Amino acid sequence: MIEIKGLTKKYGSLYALNDLNLTLSEGTVFGFVGANGAGKSTTFSILATLLQPTSGDAFINGKSVKTEPHEVRKQIGYMPDFFGVYDQLKADEYLDFYGASYGISGVKRAELIPQLLELVNLTSKRYEYVDLLSRGMKQRLCLARALIHDPQVLILDEPASGLDPRARVEMRDILKQLKEMGKTILISSHILPELAGMCDEIGVIDGGKLIAHGSVSDIQAQLKGERLITVKLKGLTDRAALFFEEDPFVTGLEQNSEKHAITFKYRGTEDDQMRLLKHALQENLSILSFAEQETNLEDVFMEITKGVDSI
Amino acid sequence: MSIFVFGFIYLTTSFSGTGYFRPEESFMLFGLLTFIQLGLVLFITPGLTAGSISTEREKQTLNILLTTSQSSMQIILGKLSSSIAFLLLMLVAGLPIYSLVFLFGGISPGQLGLILLFFILTMITVGSFGIMFSTITKKTIVSMIATYGTMIFLTGITAFFFIITLQVDMMNSGGIQSSSPMAHFWASINPGILIFTLLNPTTESFVNEMTQIEFPIWLGYTIFYVLLAASAITISVKKLRVNMKKSQ
Repeated sequence: MIEIKGLTKKYGSLYALNDLNLTLSEGTVFGFVGANGAGKSTTFSILATLLQPTSGDAFINGKSVKTEPHEVRKQIGYMPDFFGVYDQLKADEYLDFYGASYGISGVKRAELIPQLLELVNLTSKRYEYVDLLSRGMKQRLCLARALIHDPQVLILDEPASGLDPRARVEMRDILKQLKEMGKTILISSHILPELAGMCDEIGVIDGGKLIAHGSVSDIQAQLKGERLITVKLKGLTDRAALFFEEDPFVTGLEQNSEKHAITFKYRGTEDDQMRLLKHALQENLSILSFAEQETNLEDVFMEITKGVDSI
Repeated sequence: MSIFVFGFIYLTTSFSGTGYFRPEESFMLFGLLTFIQLGLVLFITPGLTAGSISTEREKQTLNILLTTSQSSMQIILGKLSSSIAFLLLMLVAGLPIYSLVFLFGGISPGQLGLILLFFILTMITVGSFGIMFSTITKKTIVSMIATYGTMIFLTGITAFFFIITLQVDMMNSGGIQSSSPMAHFWASINPGILIFTLLNPTTESFVNEMTQIEFPIWLGYTIFYVLLAASAITISVKKLRVNMKKSQ
Protein backbone atom coordinates (compact mmCIF):
# COMPACT_ATOMS: atom_id res chain seq x y z
CA MET A 1 0.00 0.00 0.00
CA ILE A 2 1.20 3.47 -0.87
CA GLU A 3 0.19 6.55 1.06
CA ILE A 4 1.26 10.04 0.03
CA LYS A 5 0.44 12.77 2.53
CA GLY A 6 0.78 16.46 1.71
CA LEU A 7 3.90 15.89 -0.35
CA THR A 8 5.49 19.19 -1.33
CA LYS A 9 8.79 19.90 -3.05
CA LYS A 10 9.95 23.47 -3.51
CA TYR A 11 12.93 24.75 -5.46
CA GLY A 12 13.29 28.33 -4.28
CA SER A 13 9.86 29.83 -4.88
CA LEU A 14 8.92 27.23 -7.49
CA TYR A 15 6.68 24.37 -6.47
CA ALA A 16 7.65 21.15 -8.24
CA LEU A 17 5.04 19.40 -6.11
CA ASN A 18 2.30 21.08 -4.15
CA ASP A 19 0.45 19.23 -1.38
CA LEU A 20 0.08 15.91 -3.16
CA ASN A 21 -2.22 13.45 -1.42
CA LEU A 22 -2.80 9.97 -2.73
CA THR A 23 -3.60 6.52 -1.37
CA LEU A 24 -3.16 3.39 -3.44
CA SER A 25 -4.15 -0.05 -2.28
CA GLU A 26 -2.07 -3.19 -2.87
CA GLY A 27 -2.11 -4.58 -6.39
CA THR A 28 -3.26 -1.32 -7.99
CA VAL A 29 -1.80 -0.22 -11.29
CA PHE A 30 -1.69 3.55 -11.09
CA GLY A 31 -1.03 5.70 -14.10
CA PHE A 32 0.46 9.10 -13.51
CA VAL A 33 -0.38 11.41 -16.36
CA GLY A 34 1.05 14.84 -16.86
CA ALA A 35 2.90 17.07 -19.24
CA ASN A 36 6.68 17.37 -19.10
CA GLY A 37 7.66 19.16 -15.90
CA ALA A 38 4.29 18.57 -14.25
CA GLY A 39 5.83 16.83 -11.23
CA LYS A 40 5.65 13.13 -12.14
CA SER A 41 9.37 12.43 -11.95
CA THR A 42 9.72 14.52 -8.77
CA THR A 43 7.02 12.39 -7.11
CA PHE A 44 8.69 9.19 -8.27
CA SER A 45 12.13 10.39 -7.16
CA ILE A 46 10.76 11.07 -3.69
CA LEU A 47 9.09 7.66 -3.58
CA ALA A 48 12.35 6.06 -4.74
CA THR A 49 14.18 7.81 -1.83
CA LEU A 50 16.33 9.84 -4.20
CA LEU A 51 14.87 13.18 -3.22
CA GLN A 52 13.84 14.55 0.13
CA PRO A 53 10.47 16.37 0.12
CA THR A 54 10.27 19.91 1.46
CA SER A 55 7.26 18.90 3.51
CA GLY A 56 4.84 16.01 3.74
CA ASP A 57 5.74 12.35 3.63
CA ALA A 58 5.11 9.19 1.67
CA PHE A 59 4.74 5.69 3.05
CA ILE A 60 5.35 2.45 1.22
CA ASN A 61 3.87 -0.47 3.10
CA GLY A 62 3.94 1.72 6.18
CA LYS A 63 7.61 2.71 5.83
CA SER A 64 8.37 6.41 5.56
CA VAL A 65 10.54 7.55 2.65
CA LYS A 66 11.89 10.30 4.90
CA THR A 67 12.76 8.41 8.03
CA GLU A 68 13.16 4.81 6.82
CA PRO A 69 14.60 5.11 3.30
CA HIS A 70 16.69 1.97 3.69
CA GLU A 71 13.56 -0.10 4.43
CA VAL A 72 11.66 1.55 1.56
CA ARG A 73 14.43 0.66 -0.91
CA LYS A 74 13.99 -3.03 -0.15
CA GLN A 75 10.33 -2.82 -1.08
CA ILE A 76 10.51 -0.89 -4.33
CA GLY A 77 11.78 -1.55 -7.81
CA TYR A 78 12.60 1.74 -9.50
CA MET A 79 13.10 2.41 -13.16
CA PRO A 80 14.08 6.02 -13.92
CA ASP A 81 13.06 7.87 -17.08
CA PHE A 82 16.67 8.20 -18.20
CA PHE A 83 19.23 5.63 -17.20
CA GLY A 84 22.57 4.33 -18.36
CA VAL A 85 24.12 0.91 -18.31
CA TYR A 86 27.58 -0.38 -17.49
CA ASP A 87 29.00 -0.94 -20.94
CA GLN A 88 31.51 -3.57 -19.93
CA LEU A 89 28.86 -5.95 -18.57
CA LYS A 90 26.82 -8.64 -20.29
CA ALA A 91 23.07 -8.88 -19.63
CA ASP A 92 23.38 -11.67 -17.05
CA GLU A 93 26.34 -9.96 -15.36
CA TYR A 94 24.31 -6.74 -15.20
CA LEU A 95 21.51 -8.52 -13.34
CA ASP A 96 24.01 -10.40 -11.21
CA PHE A 97 25.65 -7.14 -10.13
CA TYR A 98 22.36 -5.61 -9.02
CA GLY A 99 21.25 -8.89 -7.43
CA ALA A 100 24.42 -8.80 -5.32
CA SER A 101 23.71 -5.13 -4.49
CA TYR A 102 20.45 -6.28 -2.93
CA GLY A 103 22.29 -8.92 -0.94
CA ILE A 104 20.85 -11.87 -2.87
CA SER A 105 23.04 -14.97 -2.58
CA GLY A 106 24.97 -16.24 -5.60
CA VAL A 107 22.93 -19.48 -5.75
CA LYS A 108 19.64 -17.57 -5.69
CA ARG A 109 20.89 -15.13 -8.33
CA ALA A 110 21.86 -17.96 -10.65
CA GLU A 111 18.27 -19.23 -10.34
CA LEU A 112 16.64 -15.85 -10.72
CA ILE A 113 18.52 -14.40 -13.68
CA PRO A 114 17.24 -16.84 -16.36
CA GLN A 115 13.68 -16.46 -15.01
CA LEU A 116 13.83 -12.69 -15.18
CA LEU A 117 15.37 -12.68 -18.63
CA GLU A 118 12.57 -14.97 -19.76
CA LEU A 119 9.96 -12.67 -18.25
CA VAL A 120 11.28 -9.73 -20.25
CA ASN A 121 11.90 -11.81 -23.40
CA LEU A 122 15.66 -11.40 -23.32
CA THR A 123 16.76 -15.01 -22.88
CA SER A 124 18.53 -14.96 -26.23
CA LYS A 125 20.49 -11.85 -25.21
CA ARG A 126 21.81 -13.29 -21.95
CA TYR A 127 25.47 -13.19 -23.03
CA GLU A 128 25.28 -9.98 -25.07
CA TYR A 129 26.96 -6.80 -23.89
CA VAL A 130 24.31 -4.51 -22.38
CA ASP A 131 25.64 -1.51 -24.25
CA LEU A 132 24.97 -3.19 -27.58
CA LEU A 133 21.30 -3.88 -26.86
CA SER A 134 18.59 -1.79 -28.51
CA ARG A 135 16.76 0.89 -26.52
CA GLY A 136 13.72 -1.34 -26.07
CA MET A 137 15.86 -4.23 -24.86
CA LYS A 138 17.69 -1.97 -22.42
CA GLN A 139 14.34 -0.78 -21.06
CA ARG A 140 13.21 -4.38 -20.57
CA LEU A 141 16.52 -5.33 -18.99
CA CYS A 142 16.18 -2.38 -16.62
CA LEU A 143 12.72 -3.62 -15.73
CA ALA A 144 14.16 -7.08 -15.01
CA ARG A 145 16.78 -5.34 -12.86
CA ALA A 146 14.05 -3.56 -10.92
CA LEU A 147 12.42 -6.94 -10.25
CA ILE A 148 15.52 -8.82 -9.08
CA HIS A 149 14.73 -8.50 -5.37
CA ASP A 150 11.03 -9.29 -5.95
CA PRO A 151 9.68 -5.93 -4.77
CA GLN A 152 5.99 -5.51 -4.07
CA VAL A 153 5.95 -1.99 -5.50
CA LEU A 154 7.24 -0.99 -8.93
CA ILE A 155 7.90 2.66 -9.72
CA LEU A 156 8.30 3.04 -13.47
CA ASP A 157 9.04 6.51 -14.76
CA GLU A 158 8.11 6.70 -18.45
CA PRO A 159 9.07 3.09 -19.20
CA ALA A 160 7.90 3.28 -22.79
CA SER A 161 9.37 6.64 -23.75
CA GLY A 162 11.47 6.59 -26.88
CA LEU A 163 10.37 3.10 -27.85
CA ASP A 164 9.07 2.09 -31.27
CA PRO A 165 5.46 0.78 -31.42
CA ARG A 166 6.52 -2.89 -31.29
CA ALA A 167 8.77 -2.34 -28.27
CA ARG A 168 5.96 -0.38 -26.64
CA VAL A 169 3.52 -3.25 -27.11
CA GLU A 170 6.10 -5.68 -25.69
CA MET A 171 6.59 -3.45 -22.66
CA ARG A 172 2.83 -3.23 -22.17
CA ASP A 173 2.53 -7.03 -22.30
CA ILE A 174 5.21 -7.42 -19.63
CA LEU A 175 3.47 -4.89 -17.40
CA LYS A 176 0.21 -6.80 -17.80
CA GLN A 177 2.01 -9.94 -16.63
CA LEU A 178 3.36 -8.06 -13.61
CA LYS A 179 -0.14 -6.80 -12.85
CA GLU A 180 -1.37 -10.39 -12.89
CA MET A 181 1.43 -11.24 -10.43
CA GLY A 182 -0.20 -8.79 -8.00
CA LYS A 183 2.45 -6.09 -8.01
CA THR A 184 1.50 -2.53 -7.14
CA ILE A 185 2.68 -0.53 -10.11
CA LEU A 186 3.10 3.22 -10.43
CA ILE A 187 3.70 4.16 -14.01
CA SER A 188 4.05 7.58 -15.51
CA SER A 189 3.69 8.72 -19.04
CA HIS A 190 2.96 11.79 -21.04
CA ILE A 191 1.78 9.59 -23.90
CA LEU A 192 -1.69 9.10 -22.53
CA PRO A 193 -3.27 6.27 -24.53
CA GLU A 194 -0.37 4.09 -23.36
CA LEU A 195 -1.86 4.01 -19.87
CA ALA A 196 -5.54 3.58 -20.74
CA GLY A 197 -5.50 -0.17 -21.25
CA MET A 198 -3.47 -1.24 -18.27
CA CYS A 199 -4.24 1.09 -15.37
CA ASP A 200 -6.84 0.62 -12.65
CA GLU A 201 -6.50 4.23 -11.60
CA ILE A 202 -5.24 7.37 -13.23
CA GLY A 203 -3.94 10.54 -11.64
CA VAL A 204 -3.58 13.72 -13.65
CA ILE A 205 -0.89 16.06 -12.39
CA ASP A 206 -0.28 19.57 -13.59
CA GLY A 207 1.89 22.30 -12.11
CA GLY A 208 2.74 20.02 -9.19
CA LYS A 209 -0.89 19.52 -8.23
CA LEU A 210 -2.99 16.40 -8.54
CA ILE A 211 -5.96 17.76 -10.42
CA ALA A 212 -7.86 14.55 -11.06
CA HIS A 213 -7.74 11.06 -9.63
CA GLY A 214 -9.87 8.01 -10.22
CA SER A 215 -10.56 5.19 -12.64
CA VAL A 216 -10.20 5.91 -16.36
CA SER A 217 -14.01 6.00 -16.72
CA ASP A 218 -14.37 8.28 -13.67
CA ILE A 219 -11.97 10.76 -15.16
CA GLN A 220 -13.67 10.61 -18.51
CA ALA A 221 -16.94 11.39 -16.73
CA GLN A 222 -15.32 14.54 -15.39
CA LEU A 223 -15.54 15.95 -18.89
CA LYS A 224 -18.61 17.88 -17.82
CA GLY A 225 -20.94 15.29 -19.35
CA GLU A 226 -19.99 16.39 -22.84
CA ARG A 227 -20.06 13.72 -25.54
CA LEU A 228 -18.74 13.83 -29.04
CA ILE A 229 -21.23 12.46 -31.60
CA THR A 230 -20.62 11.60 -35.23
CA VAL A 231 -23.54 11.14 -37.63
CA LYS A 232 -22.86 9.51 -41.00
CA LEU A 233 -25.31 10.28 -43.75
CA LYS A 234 -26.01 8.91 -47.20
CA GLY A 235 -25.07 12.10 -48.94
CA LEU A 236 -24.48 15.17 -46.81
CA THR A 237 -27.31 17.65 -46.83
CA ASP A 238 -27.46 21.13 -45.42
CA ARG A 239 -30.90 20.22 -44.12
CA ALA A 240 -29.32 17.61 -41.81
CA ALA A 241 -26.69 20.05 -40.58
CA LEU A 242 -29.35 22.65 -39.92
CA PHE A 243 -31.53 20.10 -38.09
CA PHE A 244 -28.78 19.16 -35.62
CA GLU A 245 -27.58 22.73 -35.20
CA GLU A 246 -31.04 23.77 -34.05
CA ASP A 247 -30.90 21.39 -31.08
CA PRO A 248 -30.14 23.41 -27.90
CA PHE A 249 -27.68 20.81 -26.58
CA VAL A 250 -25.55 20.73 -29.73
CA THR A 251 -22.37 22.81 -29.96
CA GLY A 252 -19.32 22.92 -32.17
CA LEU A 253 -20.93 21.28 -35.15
CA GLU A 254 -18.57 20.43 -38.01
CA GLN A 255 -19.38 19.03 -41.43
CA ASN A 256 -17.08 16.64 -43.27
CA SER A 257 -18.27 16.64 -46.85
CA GLU A 258 -15.72 14.02 -47.97
CA LYS A 259 -16.86 11.45 -45.43
CA HIS A 260 -20.51 12.63 -45.50
CA ALA A 261 -20.41 13.06 -41.75
CA ILE A 262 -21.43 15.61 -39.15
CA THR A 263 -19.62 15.80 -35.80
CA PHE A 264 -20.83 17.77 -32.80
CA LYS A 265 -20.54 18.01 -29.03
CA TYR A 266 -23.66 17.04 -27.14
CA ARG A 267 -24.36 18.26 -23.62
CA GLY A 268 -27.84 16.79 -23.11
CA THR A 269 -28.75 13.74 -21.07
CA GLU A 270 -28.95 10.26 -22.54
CA ASP A 271 -32.75 10.69 -22.82
CA ASP A 272 -32.24 13.93 -24.76
CA GLN A 273 -29.83 12.12 -27.04
CA MET A 274 -32.40 9.35 -27.64
CA ARG A 275 -35.04 11.94 -28.51
CA LEU A 276 -32.66 13.71 -30.91
CA LEU A 277 -31.98 10.46 -32.77
CA LYS A 278 -35.71 9.61 -32.89
CA HIS A 279 -36.52 13.03 -34.37
CA ALA A 280 -33.69 12.77 -36.88
CA LEU A 281 -35.03 9.45 -38.11
CA GLN A 282 -38.55 10.88 -38.31
CA GLU A 283 -37.19 13.73 -40.46
CA ASN A 284 -35.87 11.18 -42.99
CA LEU A 285 -32.30 12.56 -42.93
CA SER A 286 -30.84 9.39 -44.54
CA ILE A 287 -28.81 8.50 -41.45
CA LEU A 288 -26.36 5.61 -41.89
CA SER A 289 -24.97 5.73 -38.37
CA PHE A 290 -25.31 7.80 -35.21
CA ALA A 291 -22.43 7.08 -32.88
CA GLU A 292 -20.88 8.46 -29.75
CA GLN A 293 -17.12 8.77 -30.17
CA GLU A 294 -15.09 7.27 -27.40
CA THR A 295 -13.15 10.03 -25.66
CA ASN A 296 -9.51 9.11 -25.37
CA LEU A 297 -7.24 10.08 -22.51
CA GLU A 298 -5.61 12.67 -24.66
CA ASP A 299 -8.88 14.59 -24.84
CA VAL A 300 -9.49 14.04 -21.14
CA PHE A 301 -6.08 15.40 -20.27
CA MET A 302 -6.42 18.43 -22.51
CA GLU A 303 -9.85 19.14 -21.08
CA ILE A 304 -8.86 18.73 -17.45
CA THR A 305 -5.68 20.74 -17.65
CA LYS A 306 -7.38 23.54 -19.57
CA GLY A 307 -7.08 26.70 -17.51
CA VAL A 308 -4.92 25.17 -14.79
CA ASP A 309 -1.98 27.49 -14.37
CA SER A 310 1.42 26.21 -13.52
CA ILE A 311 2.43 27.61 -10.19
CA MET B 1 60.49 -0.56 -14.69
CA SER B 2 62.34 -3.58 -16.11
CA ILE B 3 63.99 -1.38 -18.72
CA PHE B 4 65.01 1.01 -15.96
CA VAL B 5 66.46 -1.77 -13.74
CA PHE B 6 68.44 -3.43 -16.50
CA GLY B 7 69.56 -0.04 -17.81
CA PHE B 8 70.76 0.90 -14.33
CA ILE B 9 72.66 -2.38 -13.91
CA TYR B 10 74.22 -2.01 -17.34
CA LEU B 11 75.34 1.55 -16.65
CA THR B 12 76.76 0.86 -13.17
CA THR B 13 78.65 -2.26 -14.27
CA SER B 14 80.09 -0.72 -17.41
CA PHE B 15 81.08 2.62 -15.83
CA SER B 16 82.63 1.12 -12.70
CA GLY B 17 84.76 -1.06 -14.96
CA THR B 18 84.52 -3.89 -12.43
CA GLY B 19 81.87 -5.88 -14.27
CA TYR B 20 79.97 -6.69 -11.07
CA PHE B 21 77.15 -5.12 -9.12
CA ARG B 22 77.96 -3.99 -5.55
CA PRO B 23 75.44 -4.11 -2.63
CA GLU B 24 75.55 -0.31 -2.16
CA GLU B 25 74.57 0.09 -5.81
CA SER B 26 71.79 -2.41 -5.24
CA PHE B 27 70.50 -0.18 -2.42
CA MET B 28 70.59 2.83 -4.71
CA LEU B 29 68.63 0.86 -7.29
CA PHE B 30 66.12 -0.08 -4.61
CA GLY B 31 65.72 3.56 -3.63
CA LEU B 32 65.18 4.68 -7.20
CA LEU B 33 62.72 1.85 -7.81
CA THR B 34 60.80 2.87 -4.69
CA PHE B 35 60.52 6.46 -5.89
CA ILE B 36 59.36 5.31 -9.31
CA GLN B 37 56.76 3.13 -7.61
CA LEU B 38 55.68 6.06 -5.42
CA GLY B 39 55.36 8.23 -8.53
CA LEU B 40 53.23 5.58 -10.19
CA VAL B 41 51.00 5.23 -7.12
CA LEU B 42 50.52 9.00 -6.86
CA PHE B 43 49.91 9.34 -10.58
CA ILE B 44 47.53 6.40 -11.09
CA THR B 45 45.44 6.60 -7.90
CA PRO B 46 43.69 9.90 -8.80
CA GLY B 47 43.03 8.60 -12.30
CA LEU B 48 41.33 5.49 -10.94
CA THR B 49 39.30 7.10 -8.17
CA ALA B 50 38.47 10.65 -9.28
CA GLY B 51 35.79 9.45 -11.67
CA SER B 52 34.27 6.68 -9.59
CA ILE B 53 31.06 8.51 -8.57
CA SER B 54 30.95 11.34 -11.11
CA THR B 55 31.21 8.86 -14.00
CA GLU B 56 28.22 6.98 -12.57
CA ARG B 57 26.40 10.30 -12.41
CA GLU B 58 27.38 11.20 -15.98
CA LYS B 59 26.37 7.76 -17.28
CA GLN B 60 23.07 7.99 -15.35
CA THR B 61 23.72 4.78 -13.44
CA LEU B 62 24.06 6.42 -10.02
CA ASN B 63 20.34 6.81 -9.31
CA ILE B 64 19.78 3.11 -9.89
CA LEU B 65 22.68 2.25 -7.59
CA LEU B 66 21.30 4.58 -4.91
CA THR B 67 17.94 2.80 -4.91
CA THR B 68 19.51 -0.59 -4.16
CA SER B 69 19.77 -1.68 -0.55
CA GLN B 70 23.44 -0.69 -0.42
CA SER B 71 24.17 2.01 2.15
CA SER B 72 26.17 5.12 1.23
CA MET B 73 29.10 3.78 3.26
CA GLN B 74 29.03 0.45 1.40
CA ILE B 75 28.98 2.20 -1.98
CA ILE B 76 31.88 4.52 -1.10
CA LEU B 77 34.01 1.81 0.49
CA GLY B 78 33.21 -0.52 -2.41
CA LYS B 79 34.40 2.06 -4.90
CA LEU B 80 37.55 2.74 -2.86
CA SER B 81 38.42 -0.91 -2.34
CA SER B 82 37.96 -1.77 -6.03
CA SER B 83 40.42 0.98 -7.00
CA ILE B 84 42.85 0.03 -4.24
CA ALA B 85 42.64 -3.64 -5.28
CA PHE B 86 43.70 -2.69 -8.80
CA LEU B 87 46.59 -0.59 -7.49
CA LEU B 88 47.68 -3.38 -5.17
CA LEU B 89 47.75 -5.71 -8.12
CA MET B 90 50.00 -3.20 -9.84
CA LEU B 91 52.31 -3.09 -6.82
CA VAL B 92 52.41 -6.87 -6.59
CA ALA B 93 53.16 -7.04 -10.32
CA GLY B 94 56.21 -4.86 -9.63
CA LEU B 95 57.56 -7.19 -6.92
CA PRO B 96 59.53 -9.47 -9.28
CA ILE B 97 61.58 -6.42 -10.24
CA TYR B 98 62.30 -5.83 -6.55
CA SER B 99 63.33 -9.47 -6.20
CA LEU B 100 66.20 -8.70 -8.55
CA VAL B 101 67.42 -6.18 -5.98
CA PHE B 102 67.22 -8.89 -3.27
CA LEU B 103 69.36 -11.08 -5.48
CA PHE B 104 72.22 -8.62 -5.12
CA GLY B 105 71.56 -8.01 -1.39
CA GLY B 106 71.72 -4.79 0.62
CA ILE B 107 67.97 -4.64 1.37
CA SER B 108 65.92 -6.42 4.03
CA PRO B 109 62.45 -7.83 3.27
CA GLY B 110 61.18 -5.94 6.34
CA GLN B 111 62.24 -2.65 4.79
CA LEU B 112 60.36 -3.49 1.62
CA GLY B 113 57.28 -4.58 3.62
CA LEU B 114 57.29 -1.28 5.53
CA ILE B 115 57.54 0.74 2.35
CA LEU B 116 54.67 -1.26 0.83
CA LEU B 117 52.53 -0.52 3.90
CA PHE B 118 53.14 3.21 3.50
CA PHE B 119 52.36 2.94 -0.20
CA ILE B 120 49.00 1.38 0.71
CA LEU B 121 48.28 4.12 3.26
CA THR B 122 49.13 6.78 0.65
CA MET B 123 46.94 5.02 -1.92
CA ILE B 124 44.00 4.89 0.47
CA THR B 125 44.32 8.58 1.33
CA VAL B 126 44.79 9.85 -2.22
CA GLY B 127 42.04 7.42 -3.35
CA SER B 128 39.68 8.72 -0.64
CA PHE B 129 40.30 12.24 -1.87
CA GLY B 130 39.60 11.12 -5.44
CA ILE B 131 36.29 9.62 -4.34
CA MET B 132 35.43 12.66 -2.23
CA PHE B 133 35.97 15.06 -5.13
CA SER B 134 34.13 12.68 -7.42
CA THR B 135 31.16 12.74 -5.04
CA ILE B 136 31.01 16.48 -4.46
CA THR B 137 31.66 17.61 -8.03
CA LYS B 138 29.35 16.92 -10.94
CA LYS B 139 31.99 16.56 -13.64
CA THR B 140 34.76 13.98 -13.70
CA ILE B 141 37.22 16.44 -15.23
CA VAL B 142 36.79 18.86 -12.28
CA SER B 143 37.22 15.99 -9.85
CA MET B 144 40.39 14.83 -11.68
CA ILE B 145 41.90 18.31 -11.54
CA ALA B 146 41.07 18.68 -7.83
CA THR B 147 42.52 15.25 -6.98
CA TYR B 148 45.72 15.78 -8.96
CA GLY B 149 45.93 19.21 -7.34
CA THR B 150 45.75 17.61 -3.89
CA MET B 151 48.37 15.07 -4.90
CA ILE B 152 50.68 17.85 -6.15
CA PHE B 153 50.10 19.74 -2.89
CA LEU B 154 51.02 16.73 -0.78
CA THR B 155 54.13 15.85 -2.76
CA GLY B 156 55.46 19.17 -4.02
CA ILE B 157 53.97 22.11 -2.16
CA THR B 158 54.54 20.54 1.27
CA ALA B 159 58.25 20.08 0.47
CA PHE B 160 58.42 23.69 -0.65
CA PHE B 161 56.61 24.82 2.54
CA PHE B 162 59.04 22.73 4.61
CA ILE B 163 62.03 24.57 3.18
CA ILE B 164 60.37 28.00 3.40
CA THR B 165 59.13 27.48 6.99
CA LEU B 166 62.54 26.22 8.04
CA GLN B 167 64.23 29.28 6.51
CA VAL B 168 61.74 31.73 8.02
CA ASP B 169 62.06 30.15 11.48
CA MET B 170 65.83 30.25 11.23
CA MET B 171 65.78 33.91 10.16
CA ASN B 172 63.43 34.77 13.03
CA SER B 173 65.77 33.19 15.54
CA GLY B 174 68.78 35.11 14.26
CA GLY B 175 70.30 32.43 12.02
CA ILE B 176 70.61 29.71 14.64
CA GLN B 177 68.74 26.40 14.69
CA SER B 178 65.50 26.70 16.62
CA SER B 179 62.42 24.59 17.19
CA SER B 180 60.22 24.63 14.09
CA PRO B 181 57.08 22.50 14.58
CA MET B 182 55.49 23.77 11.37
CA ALA B 183 58.50 22.75 9.29
CA HIS B 184 58.45 19.34 10.97
CA PHE B 185 54.74 19.05 10.16
CA TRP B 186 55.31 19.84 6.46
CA ALA B 187 58.14 17.29 6.36
CA SER B 188 55.97 14.69 8.09
CA ILE B 189 53.17 14.85 5.54
CA ASN B 190 55.37 14.68 2.47
CA PRO B 191 55.48 11.17 0.95
CA GLY B 192 58.88 11.79 -0.63
CA ILE B 193 60.50 12.77 2.67
CA LEU B 194 58.85 9.79 4.38
CA ILE B 195 60.28 7.38 1.80
CA PHE B 196 63.72 8.99 2.28
CA THR B 197 63.50 8.44 6.02
CA LEU B 198 62.38 4.84 5.54
CA LEU B 199 65.20 4.13 3.11
CA ASN B 200 67.82 5.91 5.14
CA PRO B 201 67.11 6.55 8.85
CA THR B 202 69.84 9.21 8.96
CA THR B 203 67.51 11.41 6.90
CA GLU B 204 65.09 11.42 9.82
CA SER B 205 67.83 12.45 12.23
CA PHE B 206 68.75 15.21 9.79
CA VAL B 207 65.14 16.49 9.63
CA ASN B 208 64.80 16.26 13.42
CA GLU B 209 68.03 18.18 13.85
CA MET B 210 66.93 20.89 11.44
CA THR B 211 63.51 21.31 13.03
CA GLN B 212 64.60 20.58 16.61
CA ILE B 213 61.53 18.31 16.96
CA GLU B 214 61.91 14.70 18.01
CA PHE B 215 58.73 13.24 16.63
CA PRO B 216 58.95 10.24 14.28
CA ILE B 217 58.18 11.25 10.70
CA TRP B 218 56.41 7.93 9.98
CA LEU B 219 54.08 8.44 12.95
CA GLY B 220 53.18 11.99 11.96
CA TYR B 221 52.58 10.76 8.42
CA THR B 222 50.39 7.87 9.56
CA ILE B 223 48.26 10.02 11.88
CA PHE B 224 47.81 12.77 9.28
CA TYR B 225 47.02 10.45 6.38
CA VAL B 226 44.63 8.28 8.41
CA LEU B 227 42.78 11.44 9.53
CA LEU B 228 42.69 12.78 5.97
CA ALA B 229 41.35 9.48 4.60
CA ALA B 230 38.72 9.24 7.35
CA SER B 231 37.57 12.82 6.74
CA ALA B 232 37.41 12.33 2.97
CA ILE B 233 35.40 9.10 3.34
CA THR B 234 33.02 10.73 5.83
CA ILE B 235 32.41 13.68 3.49
CA SER B 236 31.85 11.30 0.56
CA VAL B 237 29.31 9.27 2.53
CA LYS B 238 27.47 12.42 3.63
CA LYS B 239 27.44 13.95 0.16
CA LEU B 240 26.54 10.85 -1.86
CA ARG B 241 22.80 11.25 -1.30
CA VAL B 242 22.89 15.03 -1.25
CA ASN B 243 19.29 15.27 -2.55
CA MET B 244 18.09 13.27 0.41
CA LYS B 245 19.21 16.04 2.72
CA LYS B 246 16.59 18.34 4.10
CA SER B 247 16.15 21.23 1.70
CA GLN B 248 14.49 24.61 1.84
